[in-house]
Amino acid sequence: MRTSFGERLLDLAVSGFLWGFRILIVLVVVLGTFLTIRAGKYTGEQWIDFVVFGISQGSIYALIALGYTMVYGILRMINFAHGEIFMSGAFGGYFIATWLTVSGFMDKYPALGFVIAILSGMLVSTLIALLVERIAYRPLRGAPRLVPLISAIGASFFLQYTFRGFFGPGVYAYPSITALDGEWMFFGVGVLKVQIIVAIAAFVMMGILYSIVMFTKIGKAMRAVSEDKDVAALMGIDVNRIIVSTFALGAAMAGAAGVLYALTYRQINFFTGFTPGIKAFTAAVLGGIGNIPGAMVGGLVLGIVESVGPALFLDSLGIPRPYQLKDAIAYIMLVMILLFRPSGILGERVSKKA
Amino acid sequence: MTKRLFAILSVLVLASMLIAACGSKAPAAATYTCTDALGCVTIGPSDPVHIAYWGVLSGADSSLGEDSKRGVEIAIDDMGGKFQNHSILLTTEDALCTPEGGATAATKLATDTSIVGLIGSSCSDETVGGIATLTKAGLTTISPSNTRPVLTSPDRGPDYAGYLRTAHSDAFQGKAVAEFAYNYLKVTKAATLHDGSTYAQALQQVFADEFKKLGGTIVAQEAVAKDATDMKPVLTTIAAAGPEFLYYPVFVAVGGFVTAQVRDVAGLENVKLAGSDGIFTADLLKAGGPNTKGMYLSSPDFSAFTGDYAGFIAKHKAKYGGSTLSTFHAHAYDATNILFAALTKVAVVEADGTIYVPRQALRDAIYATKDFKGITGNLTCSQYGDCGAPVIAVYEIMNSDPASWNPSDATNPNPKKIWP
Repeated sequence: MRTSFGERLLDLAVSGFLWGFRILIVLVVVLGTFLTIRAGKYTGEQWIDFVVFGISQGSIYALIALGYTMVYGILRMINFAHGEIFMSGAFGGYFIATWLTVSGFMDKYPALGFVIAILSGMLVSTLIALLVERIAYRPLRGAPRLVPLISAIGASFFLQYTFRGFFGPGVYAYPSITALDGEWMFFGVGVLKVQIIVAIAAFVMMGILYSIVMFTKIGKAMRAVSEDKDVAALMGIDVNRIIVSTFALGAAMAGAAGVLYALTYRQINFFTGFTPGIKAFTAAVLGGIGNIPGAMVGGLVLGIVESVGPALFLDSLGIPRPYQLKDAIAYIMLVMILLFRPSGILGERVSKKA
Repeated sequence: MTKRLFAILSVLVLASMLIAACGSKAPAAATYTCTDALGCVTIGPSDPVHIAYWGVLSGADSSLGEDSKRGVEIAIDDMGGKFQNHSILLTTEDALCTPEGGATAATKLATDTSIVGLIGSSCSDETVGGIATLTKAGLTTISPSNTRPVLTSPDRGPDYAGYLRTAHSDAFQGKAVAEFAYNYLKVTKAATLHDGSTYAQALQQVFADEFKKLGGTIVAQEAVAKDATDMKPVLTTIAAAGPEFLYYPVFVAVGGFVTAQVRDVAGLENVKLAGSDGIFTADLLKAGGPNTKGMYLSSPDFSAFTGDYAGFIAKHKAKYGGSTLSTFHAHAYDATNILFAALTKVAVVEADGTIYVPRQALRDAIYATKDFKGITGNLTCSQYGDCGAPVIAVYEIMNSDPASWNPSDATNPNPKKIWP
C-alpha cells in the first residue's frame, strides 16, 4: 500500500470535488425550493397536478424498469432492446384498441376493452422478447459480458427499423377512449381519469409481478437462479426455462406499460421506445439494479422529480426554460444517488460471484 | 495466408485503378479549359445532369421533406426530365431535421463530384449543421423551407456563400402571427413554447418581440426538449401565468404532444392555440387528435401566389394523388427552376454533348436571379440569398380528421385561410 504524495493529492482533489458537487446540488435544490415557495407562483392544486403527472409517468417508468432489473438480476446483463419491447407492446395494443373503438365495443364495455388492449400489448411484447432471447441472447450465454450487450443494442436497432419498415416513419394516434376522458374530483381537486387509471393499473401489474416472484414456485426458482445459476441447476432447476420466464414476465410488464403510455400520451411511432427505455434503465439503476421493489421506487421517484423538479427548484433561480433541463435533472439525480449510495436507493444484494 | 490475400488484393486494387484511369481519359478530347475559381463539373455525353435534394425524409417531420421533394420532382417532370438532351438525375439524402443529420448528409453529398447543385434543406437546423461543408465543396443549395431569419441576414458569415432560399424569413412570419393575435383575435396576454430547434427558438422570439411592440404582454416563454413527451408539467407552468393565446411554432413531434395534452391542464381549457409552417401538415391532426380543431396555423399564403398554383396542384394530384403534405412544395418547385435557369445561363455545351458547369459562375448566376416568374411570386435574390416573396396568412383547422386535410380545396378547404 505504498501511495506517493501525488496520488494522495489526487485522491484528495477528487473527493474534494465530489463533496463540493454534492453540496452545490443540495444548495441549489434547497435554495430553489425556498425561493419558489416564497414566490407563491403556483397554487396548491397545481402542485398536486405536478405530483399526479409525475406518478403516472413514474409508474410507467417503473413497469419498464422491472424488465431491466429482472433480467439483470438473473443474467447480469443489460437488455438494451427492452425499450423496443415496450414499443412493440404499444403497437400491439394500438391495433386492438383501434379495432375495439371502431367496432363500438370499447364504448359498451370500457373496462373489458381496456383489459383486452393491455393483454394484447403484453402478448405481443412477450412474443417478441422470447424471440429476441432465443435468437440474440441464448447463443451468447457463455460469452464475455460485453458480447450480449452489443447483441442487445443490435436487437434494439433491428426491432426499431423492422417496425419502421412495417408501419412507416409517421406517428399513429391512439384512439381516445371516451370512458377515460374527463376528471374525477378528490377533495375539490380535479385529477384526470386517465392518470389515475394508468397509475392504478401499473400498481396492480407490479403487485401481480411481485407476488409471482415472492410466492410461487417459479418465482422461488427465479430467485434461486439469480442467486447462483450453477447451484440452482444442481438443485434440479431448469435454468433455461427460468431465464425464458424471466424475459417473458419482464416483457409482459413492458407491454402493459406500452399500452398505458400510449393511452396517456396518445401517439406512438417506431422510435417511441427509445427515450422511455433509457429513462427506465435510469430508474432501475436509481432504485438499485437487480432489486424488484427498487425498480418500482426508482421509477416513481424519477417520474415525480422530472415532473416537479423544473417548477420546484429551477424556475425561481432565474434559469430560463427550466423544462429543457428535465433530463439533466433526472441524470444529475442519478449521479447524486450513485455518489451517496452507490448501490441505489434500495441497494442490491450483490452476489459474491459478481 | 493473410499475406497472400493482401498481395492479391493490392494487385486487384492497382489493376482496377489503372482500368478506371484509362477508361475515363481515353474518349475526352476537351476543347474547354476550366478557369472557374471553384472548379467545374464535367458531364459526359451520356451522363445525366445530377442534382441532389437533402432534407428530412424520415421521422415525425418526414411530410415536410417529402412535400418539398415532390415539388422538385414536378419541376423536373415539367422540363421533360431532360436538360440539354441529358436526362436529369435526382438523388436524395435524409438529413433528419437535426444539425447532426444535416452535417452527415452534407458530408456525403460533398464527396460526390458529379452533383451540379442542390435543393434543401428542410429544417433550419440541418442547414446550420451542413452548410459549411457544402459551401467549401463549391456547391450551392437553395432551400425551399428554411425560415430561420439569420440564415439570410447580412451577418450570416462566409460559410453561407453557397446558401439561398425561396422560403420566407421568420422575421415576416413571427410579425404576421403577432399582428393576427393582437389585432384579429384581440388577445393581450400570450405565452410561447419551443422545442429547442433553431427554427422554433428564433420564431417564437420574433413573435414575442413583435407582440410586445404592438402593446401585448408575453406572460411566459418556455421550452422543452425535442424528444419530450409529457407536456403537462410545462403546460401547468404556462397555465400559472394565465395566457389567452399559446403560440408553439415547433415541429410535429412536440406539436402533437402539446396539442393532445393542452386541454387536460387546468387553466388552459380555453386558451387559443397557434402554430406555424413547421406543423402545417395532416400529420399534426394525426398526432394531436380532436384538440387540433380550431387551432391556428401560419403559412405562406397560397392565395397570394402569383404563378399558376392551380396548375401545380393539378399536376401534383395526377402524380401523387391526394392532397399536398405540407406547405413548401411550390417553393421547392421554384427553387428547382431557379437552379436550372441559372444552369442554362452558365453551362458550356460541347459539340459531342459534353457539358461543363463552372461552379462559381453557377452560384453567381443564382444570386443574380431577378424578377423570376415563379409560382410563389416574382422572385429576386438578395446578395444574402433571400429569394422569397413572403406573404403570410393564418389558417384555421376546421376539422380534426386527417383525411379531410386539403388546404387547396376550392369549396371546403381544411385548414381554411382566415387572415388577412
